[in-house]
Amino acid sequence: MPVVQALKPAAEAGPPIAAAEADVVALPLKRPSLAERCGPVFSAASARVVPPLIVLALLLVVWELLCAQAGSRLPPPSKVLTDTWDFIVDPFYDNGGIDKGAFWHIARSLSRVAVGFALAAVVGIALGVLVGQSTWAMRGLDPIFQVLRTIPPLAWLPLSLAGFRDAQPSAIFVIFITSIWPVIINTSVGVRQIPQDYRNVAAVIRLSWYEFFWKITLPATVPYIFTGLRIGVGLSWLAIVAAEMLIGGVGIGFFIWDAWNSSRISDIIVALTYIGLVGFLLDRLIAALGHVVSRGTSAS
Amino acid sequence: MGAKAYLSFEQVGMSFRRGTHASEVLRDVDLRIGEGEYVSIIGHSGCGKSTLLNIVGGLLKSTTGEVFLEGQVVDAPGPDRAIVFQNHSLLPWLTVYGNVRIAVDKVFGGTKSSKERHDWVMHKLELVQMAQHKDKRPHEVSGGMKQRVGIARALAMQPKVLLMDEPFGALDALTRAHLQDSVMDIHAKLGNTVMMITHDVDEAVLLSDRIVMMTNGPSATIGEVLAVDLPRPRRRLELATDPEYTGCRAAVMAFLYSRHKLPSRAA
Repeated sequence: MPVVQALKPAAEAGPPIAAAEADVVALPLKRPSLAERCGPVFSAASARVVPPLIVLALLLVVWELLCAQAGSRLPPPSKVLTDTWDFIVDPFYDNGGIDKGAFWHIARSLSRVAVGFALAAVVGIALGVLVGQSTWAMRGLDPIFQVLRTIPPLAWLPLSLAGFRDAQPSAIFVIFITSIWPVIINTSVGVRQIPQDYRNVAAVIRLSWYEFFWKITLPATVPYIFTGLRIGVGLSWLAIVAAEMLIGGVGIGFFIWDAWNSSRISDIIVALTYIGLVGFLLDRLIAALGHVVSRGTSAS
Repeated sequence: MGAKAYLSFEQVGMSFRRGTHASEVLRDVDLRIGEGEYVSIIGHSGCGKSTLLNIVGGLLKSTTGEVFLEGQVVDAPGPDRAIVFQNHSLLPWLTVYGNVRIAVDKVFGGTKSSKERHDWVMHKLELVQMAQHKDKRPHEVSGGMKQRVGIARALAMQPKVLLMDEPFGALDALTRAHLQDSVMDIHAKLGNTVMMITHDVDEAVLLSDRIVMMTNGPSATIGEVLAVDLPRPRRRLELATDPEYTGCRAAVMAFLYSRHKLPSRAA
């Protein structure tokens, strides 16, 4: 208290003193300008954005130079843009049949991936938990999984066409069988890695098998499951394009095949760009989802 | 050992078998612990202290002999023998509150209402001074705080015996002293029966009614039991020069470092 009282007069006498010393402390502290305050954020963002943009621009220039002369077999980027401008600016047109905008092709491909991948996630997590928890199941199933997972996606297509006798479920089956292996393998590793500490805690409070599964196994395994899902969604996007080329109909894979058959090379290039961007977004989506769901599950 | 047998060890022995080779860790452990007693088990590393605690906890089954709690044979883990683990063993995806609540829901799910269970959890968190951190996750609090939550979780099960496996082993000296004081307070308030594993002589003398000293393994057993006749509450500052305290300390040191020093590790 005495300190505060002693300070008070000095504080009240503040302005005159400041005035007396005006030529020393003339300027108040300058407020940092908008550019200065946003500087760190801006430079951090630009450090990530600028290099890929520069590299992209350089690649486009090289491509333009290589393909610009007459008689070139592939179109330069400028020609791609002029050829496909209508297709790019109106992704929602629908002239019936397979003559649709890019949005409809991608949406149909994504819907196939969604169904196949969702089935693979559910079945894969269930099988992964089984293989992770039971030594017998692991010894029995793991060698079979290790052989099956090396089979290329398209090798399954004729067999599934024979089984389903319909293109749509066959494509979904190819997605399923392609993306299930990383989910199974990562989930089973996660279950096997559950620390003994958690098992001891569960034993002391006498969690039942069912409670252990929901309250310990799943949360402890979530980071592993999402690693598997992320690899799986990438593989399924790879597989759907190839499968659609063979089964036909609406879909970005058959769009490319159709464009090749009608020599619309520029359309192929645009479609490839879209496929790459969608695949990238799918990967980021699963990664972000995993980040949210597994928040706080890393052991510390 | 005048205390009425509440927790008793009868000829407990433990061997681990690996292939054809069997190694005997514990042999002929006989001990009786009375209700409300605070007993420390002290010995060099590898003497089977933790094995003994895990047998009481039901996490391990003794190869010979039995452990009885209130006359009942101990043969499985259960909340009546709650364990405070050395490395706290909190579930990282649950909050501080959630880690205690999961045990309370399981143990008192049939006997207490949701509101009662909530109050029970909060009461235990207040007891270990963690109520204000209830919504944090384990990785957001310090090592000492994690161990406080581990203690709250064990106490919340209202155990007949509280088992503590080197509960302060991973903490720095100041945090450890602070937590030891908390445990003494809680023991004074609740009168729990406690069996604590430790390798810290001062900790054993400060906290215990009796100190059980283990011989070195293999085939470790109880070497001596020392009663600590210090009045409670005990204050570490006053005890530093107390003749009973220094005498007990000297006795345990003599047991550990002259009669039963580790032969192979003369460093």
